[in-house]
Amino acid sequence: MSRVDVAELVRSVVENRRHERGPLLVILHDLNDQLGYIDSTVVELVAGELNVSRADVHGVVTFYTDFRTEPAAGVSLKLCRAEACKAVGAERVVEHAQQVFGVRVGETTPDGSVTLDQVFCLGNCALGPAAQVNGKTHGRVDENRLVEILASAETTERASATSPGEPS
Amino acid sequence: MTTDAQPATALTPVLSRNWDRPDSFTLQSYRETGGYEALRTALNTDPDSLVNMVKSSGLRGRGGAGFPTGMKWSFLPADNPKPRYLVVNADESEPGTCKDIPLMLANPHVLLEGIVISAYAIRSSQAFIYVRGEVLHVIRRLKHAVAEAYDAGLLGRDILGSGFDLDVVVHAGAGAYICGEETALLDSLEGYRGQPRLKPPFPAVSGLYASPTVVNNVESIASVPSIVANGVEWFTAMGTEKSAGFGFFSLSGHVARPGQYEAPLGVTLRELLDMAGGVRAGHELKFWTPGGSSTPILTDEHLDTPLDFESVGSAGSMLGTRALQIFDDTTCVVRAVGRWIAFYAHESCGKCTPCREGNFWMVQVLDRLEKGEGTEDELDKLLDICDNLLGRAFCALGDGAASPVMSSIQHFRQEYIDHVEQGGCPFDHRKSTVWGADS
Ligand SMILES: Cc1cc2nc3c(=O)[nH]c(=O)nc-3n(C[C@H](O)[C@H](O)[C@H](O)COP(=O)(O)O)c2cc1C
Ligand code: SF4
Repeated sequence: MSRVDVAELVRSVVENRRHERGPLLVILHDLNDQLGYIDSTVVELVAGELNVSRADVHGVVTFYTDFRTEPAAGVSLKLCRAEACKAVGAERVVEHAQQVFGVRVGETTPDGSVTLDQVFCLGNCALGPAAQVNGKTHGRVDENRLVEILASAETTERASATSPGEPS
Repeated sequence: MTTDAQPATALTPVLSRNWDRPDSFTLQSYRETGGYEALRTALNTDPDSLVNMVKSSGLRGRGGAGFPTGMKWSFLPADNPKPRYLVVNADESEPGTCKDIPLMLANPHVLLEGIVISAYAIRSSQAFIYVRGEVLHVIRRLKHAVAEAYDAGLLGRDILGSGFDLDVVVHAGAGAYICGEETALLDSLEGYRGQPRLKPPFPAVSGLYASPTVVNNVESIASVPSIVANGVEWFTAMGTEKSAGFGFFSLSGHVARPGQYEAPLGVTLRELLDMAGGVRAGHELKFWTPGGSSTPILTDEHLDTPLDFESVGSAGSMLGTRALQIFDDTTCVVRAVGRWIAFYAHESCGKCTPCREGNFWMVQVLDRLEKGEGTEDELDKLLDICDNLLGRAFCALGDGAASPVMSSIQHFRQEYIDHVEQGGCPFDHRKSTVWGADS
């Protein structure tokens, strides 16, 4: 996206949300969903639109884990590493994923196809190990199932919290 | 959930009653099981009587601290002209706690019905549900349920022809445990970084946008319709005198059938374990948390402690969120505590020094101790750091972080020393995992 397009997008997102009180977090969620990340250019644009300081926006972006400051890959893979999933083999899945993609947790593959992240509990404890792929939660994930899920994720759309759609 | 032997205390499925229906999360299914009937009753009742009803039921907050819900509602100042807000705390992220998320997934409408009744009782026409950002599936389901409720006239203008208006907004967090603390949550809801505010003033006086605000846990609010439907006596017949009613007990870890068991407060771990098929076959209970990682750990000595606010308190811990994490004899307590503190260090919001620095250093020390590179003196160092945390941190996250460290040293000091003397961890960690147990 060119700078002009980004500016246009930021303006329209802010316009949609301006009537809400304390809209910064919602605006950042929208932008994070649509752009995949929020970098310093976006921070500056949002600050300008809302008439707050860049530091205010930067502070919020960096406080919350969900906001990315670098481009996200086509596939966002989050593996649960909380106690319940650990007890049923989450660490093996994490190690496997790190090996297969050649990245560590928190990193994106050099070709930009997959971002590997960790998350602490998806509330799917009875069906661990759990993974979230492009916003969709999967249970009983092992090395083989991980490959299957990722293969099908490539072809499906990104699901986000803000898009309507049926609950899955 | 099958029961092998007849337990002394029976389960009391109220909020989980319809969970085994395949479509339990739909409005239609909820209505088929009597849903939204309590709302009709409530809307024909005077709001103050509802507050009094909740007060006399003895319902105490299910979010951890156990503050009486009706009393919290009655703290809203009568003479403040500003709008009042109801904020539902659905940020559930305390390690081991898994009750609100399954509840909202399986039965979102019981929460919505509770919200309408509670908002009507406190005379608020705007409610927010602040949900953990990570659980996108729950956010989607809640939004869907809210839309269903609007379509059916259960939210919005003139609800069920009563003249009462209520709007509900589902607000997603963005990945920060501290946003579960009620004042940090309010800051986050206002669009800022979620850092705790100085109390007083309490939210009831000056909360969201400096307006009178009630912040309650999901389970607290979801329990309200059942009280309206069945009455105060029905509710107080369950539980103990000072801890009335029922609640979710979430069993996880080394237990045969983990899951959410809805039982009267005052049930014991022994009874719950009986229902859950016991500790993992071939192993003994070593330690457990009564209410998530922020509550001091207990041991097999406490199997018969009634799980109510008072009894767990006198046993030296806290009922917390009733997140019972069960650890058997294969678990290294130093390792488990180390993992928890790594979590607190990561989630410390950085506002106050004891928590920001204390957790950072405790991770270093625990890591060394676990690897067998520590010294016995370092146990005192840990306790010293805890002493600077407990009661001295700005919010309860700091107190919570001291809990596992202090209680584990109290109950398992020798195990820490074994690590030092043997120059390494005496446990085979694979044995404490599910796949390691088979091999
Ligand atoms: C670090 C921290 C995290 C918390 N997380 C939650 C949470 O996720 N959900 C919750 O209901 N209460 C949480 N609480 C407790 C809230 O501050 C508050 O006491 C509770 O929401 C009040 O609701 P209740 O009276 O219905 O229990 C947390 C407290 C602290 C200090
Ligand atoms: S105790 Fe920790 S989380 Fe709470 S205000 Fe201090 S630094 Fe923040």
